[in-house]
Amino acid sequence: MAKRQMSTIDGNEAAAYIAHKTHEVIAIYPITPSSAMGEQADEWSARGRKNIWGTVPEVIEMQSEAGAAGTVHGALQKGALTTTFTSSQGLLLMIPNMYKIAGELTSTVFHVAARAIAAQGLSIFGDHADVMAARTTGFAMLASNSVQEVMDQALITQAATLEGRVPFIHFFDGFRTSHEMAKVEMVDDDCIRAMLDPELIRAHRSRGLSPEHPVLRGTSQNPDVYFQGRETVNPYYEKLPDIVQRAMDRFAKLTGRQYHLYQYHGAEDAEQVLILMGSGVETVAETVDHLCARGEKVGVLAVRLFRPLDSQRLVAALPTSTQHIAVLDRSKEPGANGEALYKDIMTAFGEHLSNSGKRFPAFPRIIGGRYGLGSKEFTPAMIKGIFDELRSKHPRNGFTVGIIDDLTANSLDWDPEFRTDATDNLMCAVFFGLGSDGTVSANKNSIKIIGEDTDAYAQGYFVYDSKKAGAVTISHLRFGSHPIRSSYLIGSHEAQFVACHQEIFLDRFEMLDEAAPDGVFLLNSTHSADTVWDSLPRTVQQNIITKKLRFYTIDAYQVAADSGMGRRINTVMQTCFFAISGVLPADEAIAEIKRAVESSYGKKGRRLVEMNFKAIDAAVEHLHQVTVPEQSSSRSEIRLPVAADAPDFVRQVTGEMIAGRGNALPVSKLPADGTYPLGTAAYEKRGLSLQIPVWEEDLCIHCGKCPFVCPHGVIRSKVFPAELVENAPPGFKHVPVKGKEFPPGMHISYQVAPEDCTGCNLCVEICPVRDKSESKRKALNMRPIEPILKTERENWDYFLSLPEYPREDVRWNTIKGSMLGETLFEFSGACSGCGETPYIKLATQLFGDRMIVANATGCSSIYGGNLPTTPYAANQEGRGPAWSNSLFEDNAEFGLGFRVALDEQQAYARDLVGRLRADIGENLATTLLDAEQSEEAGIHEQRQRIVELKKSLAKLDTEETRELNNVADALVRQSIWIMGGDGWAYDIGFGGVDHVLASGRDVNILVLDTEVYSNTGGQMSKATPRGAVAKFAAGGKRGGKKDLAMIAMAYENVYVANVAFGAKDIHTLRTFREAEAYPGTSLIIAYSPCIAQGIDLTRNLKQQELAVQSGHWSLFRYDPRLREKGKNPLQLDSKKPKIPFKDFAKTEMRYGILARANPQASNMLLEAAQSEVNQRYQRYTQLAANAPEKPETPAKNQE
Amino acid sequence: MDLRTHYLGLELKNPLVPSSSPLSRDLDSAKKLEDAGAAALVMYSLFEEEISAEGEALDHLQNHQDLGHGEASSFLPAMDDYRTGLDSYLEQLTALKASLEIPVIASLNGISPSGWVENAKELEAAGADALELNVYYVAAHIEETAADVEARYLQLLSQLQEQVILPITLKLSPQFSSVGNMVRMLETNGADGVVLFNRFYQPSIDLDTLEVTRDLHLSTPAESLLAMRWIAILHGRVKLSLAATGGVHSGADALRMLLAGADVTYLCSVLLKNGPEHIKGMLTEVEEWMEAKEYDSVEQLKGSVSQKNSPDPAAFERANYIEILNSYPVPGA
Repeated sequence: MAKRQMSTIDGNEAAAYIAHKTHEVIAIYPITPSSAMGEQADEWSARGRKNIWGTVPEVIEMQSEAGAAGTVHGALQKGALTTTFTSSQGLLLMIPNMYKIAGELTSTVFHVAARAIAAQGLSIFGDHADVMAARTTGFAMLASNSVQEVMDQALITQAATLEGRVPFIHFFDGFRTSHEMAKVEMVDDDCIRAMLDPELIRAHRSRGLSPEHPVLRGTSQNPDVYFQGRETVNPYYEKLPDIVQRAMDRFAKLTGRQYHLYQYHGAEDAEQVLILMGSGVETVAETVDHLCARGEKVGVLAVRLFRPLDSQRLVAALPTSTQHIAVLDRSKEPGANGEALYKDIMTAFGEHLSNSGKRFPAFPRIIGGRYGLGSKEFTPAMIKGIFDELRSKHPRNGFTVGIIDDLTANSLDWDPEFRTDATDNLMCAVFFGLGSDGTVSANKNSIKIIGEDTDAYAQGYFVYDSKKAGAVTISHLRFGSHPIRSSYLIGSHEAQFVACHQEIFLDRFEMLDEAAPDGVFLLNSTHSADTVWDSLPRTVQQNIITKKLRFYTIDAYQVAADSGMGRRINTVMQTCFFAISGVLPADEAIAEIKRAVESSYGKKGRRLVEMNFKAIDAAVEHLHQVTVPEQSSSRSEIRLPVAADAPDFVRQVTGEMIAGRGNALPVSKLPADGTYPLGTAAYEKRGLSLQIPVWEEDLCIHCGKCPFVCPHGVIRSKVFPAELVENAPPGFKHVPVKGKEFPPGMHISYQVAPEDCTGCNLCVEICPVRDKSESKRKALNMRPIEPILKTERENWDYFLSLPEYPREDVRWNTIKGSMLGETLFEFSGACSGCGETPYIKLATQLFGDRMIVANATGCSSIYGGNLPTTPYAANQEGRGPAWSNSLFEDNAEFGLGFRVALDEQQAYARDLVGRLRADIGENLATTLLDAEQSEEAGIHEQRQRIVELKKSLAKLDTEETRELNNVADALVRQSIWIMGGDGWAYDIGFGGVDHVLASGRDVNILVLDTEVYSNTGGQMSKATPRGAVAKFAAGGKRGGKKDLAMIAMAYENVYVANVAFGAKDIHTLRTFREAEAYPGTSLIIAYSPCIAQGIDLTRNLKQQELAVQSGHWSLFRYDPRLREKGKNPLQLDSKKPKIPFKDFAKTEMRYGILARANPQASNMLLEAAQSEVNQRYQRYTQLAANAPEKPETPAKNQE
Repeated sequence: MDLRTHYLGLELKNPLVPSSSPLSRDLDSAKKLEDAGAAALVMYSLFEEEISAEGEALDHLQNHQDLGHGEASSFLPAMDDYRTGLDSYLEQLTALKASLEIPVIASLNGISPSGWVENAKELEAAGADALELNVYYVAAHIEETAADVEARYLQLLSQLQEQVILPITLKLSPQFSSVGNMVRMLETNGADGVVLFNRFYQPSIDLDTLEVTRDLHLSTPAESLLAMRWIAILHGRVKLSLAATGGVHSGADALRMLLAGADVTYLCSVLLKNGPEHIKGMLTEVEEWMEAKEYDSVEQLKGSVSQKNSPDPAAFERANYIEILNSYPVPGA
């Protein structure tokens, strides 16, 4: 056996490593948590890494998983070794092809990071719902339980599929295995070659379609033969278990790692056995060892080969002493009498018995249960709970474990204090960091240092936030002298080391709950070692004292700044960890960190190496142990997650989720159908920014630009009668409003929600006013929050209590006026400075009180609807956007469904009004039916009519009046918005978008175009411009950006517009109003700067301006109504490009990367991009030129 | 006519040297400069800020894409290998060395005593004939003393000396309390030459936006006299090489510098304005003047009207000020 090469990698890399070495074609589409497999494969191919046959695999990104599956099917039919990676809804989209691929006995392995499927809500997390949905396709299914296994089984399944011809799903748990970093032994090329028989590969290739030996495959079959045809494959499935086992045996000879299809672990005379698949097996095995050491007769059977299930082998793998079995499924099949694995095991035993099998003296008692759905924790304590249940008199079938089910009482109890022996032999560390502070990177680096430079084993698992701005990450690291099987989070009292990298978390999380007695607590604090104690909340102090923790502190931000590292504290904190955790001797560890720094930056960045070294040395010098007093003295408490006076649901459910206690919420507290209240983000005062904008009322010209650009709805304007604010808090600022459109005596206030501001600075950036005597002073300036927080909090509450300006009196065509519209999209968890959210916010200000939103899955559905909170809010009258998310691929169709339903309801309501004309009054009926609702005033009046109508209906209690009462609201003009990103509109959902465009129905499609798949981490879409680098286009995108607007214009009856609010806000406003008013389909394509473009979002507005100035993004509107007026429907609203495309490109890293990696390609592509800009401008100018009249430019005086 | 001169220990065929400018970014332009008669070429500057900003951007990209969201661990693909500004600079230096016969002087531009100075080693390895250190430093902190500023120059020089054995020249700002003493100190500390003087691009104010703008203005011949004065004062009093830069646009301008004591004169704005061929005309002008005045060689005329050699040394000092004021026509008088 060759020398063992050890690496510390995650499950996705383990699978991608083998897949890339053993395939020729890889067709992919991004989906969490499997995206990283495709990304890595793509990066490797882009760098020229070869497979074992010496060719570079072609990695091709498709428009959807359905597309990827089709391409896989085609490439397989042509005889190439082909694979794909996917998860969840992605796997569901592949199912139709999978039946074909299996039906045609085609060798392939799909690597699946198994994930939940969206039901009552979407979950990106791990369970087996997706693979279970694919279990009838004819694919064989094999589960891997750990990162090492992922690598090994990826090869074993590849060998087996080539020999057995049955295709495989090779699956492992999403996140828990796909994202867990572990030390593994790499499978080398010799082993791979020894496993894959070249004859079988040639046979696979020879079965491929070729005109040299033509065949017909994929016929339509009639009732006479289809059935028989379906049965032809049976022998292949019958032989497959033997083939897989032989491959496992062969692999064992090569590597020493022996796997079995059904592998038993535990007492030889076990009486209670758990049967399950996936990462949970590891934790059960750890628990079984612990229990067996205490004389318990327990064991675990890992099911690896789930399809085809070899009943005989499975039964034979169990000890004959088995009396009680619990089969654990990580999925749910509502309404079934048990989940899939449970039923298969029951059947296996049934078969054994009915074939007079006598392996067991008595038929064991078998129960089934569910665990771990959506990455729910599955711990030794829960496993112990199941064993206890098995031994009880009446073990419950259909149980759940890991949750408290107070609704149907199915859940098992467990003792949260239970720990296994494994804990004693591990060093556990937990780190609380900010998403962007590099804590996760630093920890991954530490794991690599320990895993790769020492004999120790290391494991890392990272818990992420659902927010993007100010996201919290919690890193769980374990180190030990043996392979680590604990596939669960570090629990209470287990961590010998706890680090808090941000002091703002001190009063948000009970972080020392995890700390083990006599452990170490490290805090990054601006306080000195002498004063830091007093800055701690009471419970933190108490924990330090009771648990006898050694407490260290460092001002990492100061050390980083002094070392020239700016705000990057990762190296500093990593050094501190090594200096005091004792995981390695401190000197050795610090030498290792320095070595790692050198290898990361190497020759290219000596200055960076120097800075990092300086930071490392300074970290050691500035790390201080704090003398811990004997008693706690603090009076500050962990703060309430939401205000004490919040509604019950928000306090009891939302608040618990915010506080990180969602795991303890019982089933009864959650809505049965996934329906949640609006406006909850307002309760989550996150206090993310140390600086907030302060309004200088003496300078302000009331232009309204600041609330317009605010991505988080934090800065608002309100106009009100001056006398109303006579009793305002003393610090509340307001001045007479400028503008003749307001009646005399009206005042205006611009107010900031201090604890919701993310500090993005865009409001200050856009402010056009400067102090005449001090030009740096604008009408808005960022100021430290601390001295003004209390006052501004009061001012904000007071501001909210003021009435809204009447919508019917608002001058909506001005920025200033429209910003008086109530913001019904506020405080989202989007990135600070997000380029998308201002558009959504604007839509809610203009139409929010009568808006229904269909939101495609993606960033906008995550910051829009990821629990615990939502930024969508209702107005003072209780009206607001009704929001829903269906899928990624079907959003246009989903929104069209709203329209057809609404039209139907409207028609029915109108019919009923007509029928009840005499009862409700002729006048009311006529005005209801003929209501003019193009403006707010008309809508306001119609709403009043409906109130009147409902009053009169209440008096007439007939079937018809009850019906009309039920549908009357449909008589108010509602506004349907279909929103999503470019990944949806240009790629996966394009078919639907196209169909809806063609329908001509009155819906508004808003495409938030970031030019990449933002939510899944910046993968190329068809909106990605030429020359930009993105994932799956690591060498720069060769093709140009798809002109979606032009496609839509081809229908001629669609309102189409390109907007960029940072370049021309008034144009955006005008477009939104025109699009909404257009009585047909509208498409707004909105330029949305995104961090995935490689820009700092403080430059959000500037980048939009440059995009427009360079002609990368043209502003225009295509309004079919103009044609009826004899005008050209297309109006070009931006000027001729005035800066070269490269001047725009050089300001964005997506282009800059290529210029550095491959200057020749970059130059060539930028030149091509310039010609594309020129041609597009020319094309649009020509199209717009043929107007009978010169197109008017949008209200210039508003700019 | 012998136009040869010595600069930084290098023998140059004449005293006209195109200074740090975009012309050296392009091989064709560089070749044209040589063909037109340039005696050496100072390359465009490798800026400290550029290196560090790039380093930080790349560091951010390669190592700090964390966002803390479960669906995306990063947003742009990391690069396996990439070219930095330093790589491009070194490539250009190598290419210039390969295609030109004349010496190539590499130029480093920066102000802080830190790691970037180490890049000099690579410039040396890539074949630079000498190094010019351009300390583009505005002493904007009023707590900083003149001595602090001077120490910064000396520290940078000594760091550079640790890296290379190449001749080193420093491009200086005129804003020293004692320019002469500064040059003397540099000489004592081992500098091989100085270039007088660096021009700071001056900020301006945009009257529309009230923003501070950074405009680039090309030099004018009037600017050259400041350098000429100091070269005249220094000639014969220091042994290091003296280069004059800023506002040398004609053969006459160059001659004045040489007479004052410059070993070479740098050319920049005039070449950007008139193109490389302008050197040819300047050389002719120099030769014609030398012929008319019966000079045999540049070495002969160098410093012949320096302060030390001039019949009127006071003209280079304060007295000069009064005379000029007295000779200035009063408007309307």
